[in-house]
Amino acid sequence: MDSLLNPDRPPVFCPGCSHDRSVHTLDRALKEMGLKGSDVVIVSDIGCSGLFDTFFKTHAFHGLHGRALTYAAGIKLAQPHLKVIVTMGDGGLGIGGAHFLAACRRNLDLTLLVLNNFNFGMTGGQFSCTTPEQASVASSFLNLLEKPFDVCNVADCAGAPFVVRSSVYRKDLPELLAEAISFEGFAVLDLWGGCPARYMKKNPLSPKEIESAIEKLQPYRGVVSTNIRREYSSHYREEAAKNTAGVDWQGIEKTFEPTVKERREVVFLGSAGQRVITGGGLLGRAAILAGMNVTQKNDYNITVMRGPSVTEVIVSPQPITYTEVGKPDVIVALSEEGVRKRWGLFEEMEKGGRVILAAGVEIPTTDAEVLEVDYKAGGIKKKERALAALSLLAKSGDPVTLEMLREAICQSFQGKRMEEALGVIVKAAEVPFHVKTQSK
Amino acid sequence: MGLLFVDGNQAVAMGSLYAGCRFFASYPITPASNLLSAMLETLPSAGGIALQGEDEIASIGYCLGASMAGMKVMTATSGPGLSLYSENISFAIAGEIPIVIVNIMRQGPSTGSATRGADGDVQFMRWGCSGGLPVIVLAPADVSDCFTLTVHAFNLAEQFRCPVIIASNKEIGMTSGTLDMERVEKPAVIDRTLHESGPFLPFQVKPGEDVPSFLPIGGPILVRQTSSTHGPDGYITTNPSEIQAGVERLQRKIDSNTESFSYFDLEEREGARTLLVAYGITAGAARAAATELFENQNIPVSLLVLKTLWPVPEQVLQAAAVGMERILVAEMNLGQYVQEIRRVLCNQRVDFYGKMSGQLISPTEIIEEVTHG
Ligand code: SF4
Repeated sequence: MDSLLNPDRPPVFCPGCSHDRSVHTLDRALKEMGLKGSDVVIVSDIGCSGLFDTFFKTHAFHGLHGRALTYAAGIKLAQPHLKVIVTMGDGGLGIGGAHFLAACRRNLDLTLLVLNNFNFGMTGGQFSCTTPEQASVASSFLNLLEKPFDVCNVADCAGAPFVVRSSVYRKDLPELLAEAISFEGFAVLDLWGGCPARYMKKNPLSPKEIESAIEKLQPYRGVVSTNIRREYSSHYREEAAKNTAGVDWQGIEKTFEPTVKERREVVFLGSAGQRVITGGGLLGRAAILAGMNVTQKNDYNITVMRGPSVTEVIVSPQPITYTEVGKPDVIVALSEEGVRKRWGLFEEMEKGGRVILAAGVEIPTTDAEVLEVDYKAGGIKKKERALAALSLLAKSGDPVTLEMLREAICQSFQGKRMEEALGVIVKAAEVPFHVKTQSK
Repeated sequence: MGLLFVDGNQAVAMGSLYAGCRFFASYPITPASNLLSAMLETLPSAGGIALQGEDEIASIGYCLGASMAGMKVMTATSGPGLSLYSENISFAIAGEIPIVIVNIMRQGPSTGSATRGADGDVQFMRWGCSGGLPVIVLAPADVSDCFTLTVHAFNLAEQFRCPVIIASNKEIGMTSGTLDMERVEKPAVIDRTLHESGPFLPFQVKPGEDVPSFLPIGGPILVRQTSSTHGPDGYITTNPSEIQAGVERLQRKIDSNTESFSYFDLEEREGARTLLVAYGITAGAARAAATELFENQNIPVSLLVLKTLWPVPEQVLQAAAVGMERILVAEMNLGQYVQEIRRVLCNQRVDFYGKMSGQLISPTEIIEEVTHG
């Protein structure tokens, strides 16, 4: 196979820069693997390592600083046959740390070359996440204060199954690189080299010194057996194939005639656990069974398992323009904390409006008719309250009927959940209620 | 077939599937999280890929990679995440990478209120990235719009090879409504134009055209993508005239086509002296207010609901404002889009009503502004 180097754009690194060596190493590896330019994409980061893609006749993607691994992942998932090679400096590794950790954990089939030269070459030799404490760099004394980052250790801890630490000058690096590219999973190569224009000005670093520094560290020469597992892209496709959930494009068939002629506003004021939002949804579905328009807006705490739970349902044969409740026709008041959330709404209610009030819950005075129900005495459990109140409302046929409500339940739930819900309606019919007179 | 009961975010998910979206990545954030859930539920079984990124920057990055590899892509977030998208949005502009970005706006500034709506990112969506080149922003007013405008957003992203932002709001995204699939507008789906024959340069345009034809990374012909200032060949250029021509083309391909995608609803009433202008969730209140004023108070008011916010549909505004004594703009912020309207209608009286309390602007408040303003 031919070299994949771009004859029109020879490398332009500073004389003696180790990146030059890395370009040729990568080319030899690709050549050895017999890859065509169209089999490969080089995704380069920012900085001197960001020039890599221009020297090759392959697909190329040069994006933002530190984000190369993210683009590479998108490309690999969309074009699984591609060999995706990411080149990044120690600078890109630092700023893109979260992406590095995620890539190690994910194990998508990418090969990452960290062209580690211990500083930001292009911007003037500032310290990076791998600069040794004792080095003298362009960030004043700052690197003295921070511990450099062991790329391989981090990759190992984060789950990368193939990790190499090597000098760029190592003789058999092309073979090792070819092995990394062939490896089906995320392969990280921490390649140590020198930046003569910046770092090496004050910190001489010969290939020999690099070699001996690496020898003192924990060796990483390829497969990390404890991290071996399924490659992400093929695993994803396998799991996705099991997933059969689709979109419902059919909707709710109209099987009833509209029960009201004008907009109705129904508000449920309750607490987490009373299935207030489910109740509002059932009311909505019941109304849609009669071809009516519905909106439902919910309000609950970030801590979803405690605190007030409010749902506002608007039902209308006409299109609904404004989706907030102004003058409720019905308020279902199931808990104190729910009522307190919308205290002012009771005042807005007019004669002809209805309040379904759980016994013991305090509400402000209102012009609406108040039906008080003792759910506790009636044996209606907390999670059944919203539905029980809804069935009392449906008894009036406004804005939905009991038949519509039953049908909505049958279409929304299955099996035991459906039986339970239908049971609540039967049980709720037995619970006595009385009209409460409020003293103004 | 009957009515669907879905929230705005679900309707966006449906619109995206209809438009051919096959790749989605986002980071969980209220009020956009249930869009992530909807995509995770439906995209894999449709042969696509849905991912939860490690952060917002990664999420949009995955999308840009997948888009350049040939897929139709979408991501979704809210204000805090949009801030993190900024640099990659500039990249999508510069690299002409089709992507649909859904911004479910919530009360800001900063973390603000996760579950309270607002329209506070309206100028930010236009100006929030380096370079200042135009983006397309569409604003749905209800669940039907969420479906239709998402299809338009994909079509525009593909056609013009650019990012398109859907400016939704918590109050639309997380409020359920009825969607009539038989009646909702379903635009014909447009795919990006592929390079057909002859030598391929990734950013070369045909004479008389402004959008380069596309080939995916991963196909038999080599493709280059770069965030650096580049010439038609996708390599860095330092030639000032080439640079100038490049950015002018990026601007022209959007701005000169604005009319073809200026979506709006205009309710004209005879004898109207006031034009009400609204977009997004406030459009509903404005509609209710205009109807109420006409039917019960005998005050005719015309209403313009803008669904394309950026580029500003100047001709639509000018046409709707002819003969009006007063333009009243209502929006859920402290006065953002009204600045554009004042710029376009500089010889007319343009008033503003807005609030940013997490509550919707009500029809009553708008009526009050119309009658006492
Ligand atoms: S600045 Fe350093 S890293 Fe960059 S090309 Fe020059 S020597 Fe190489």
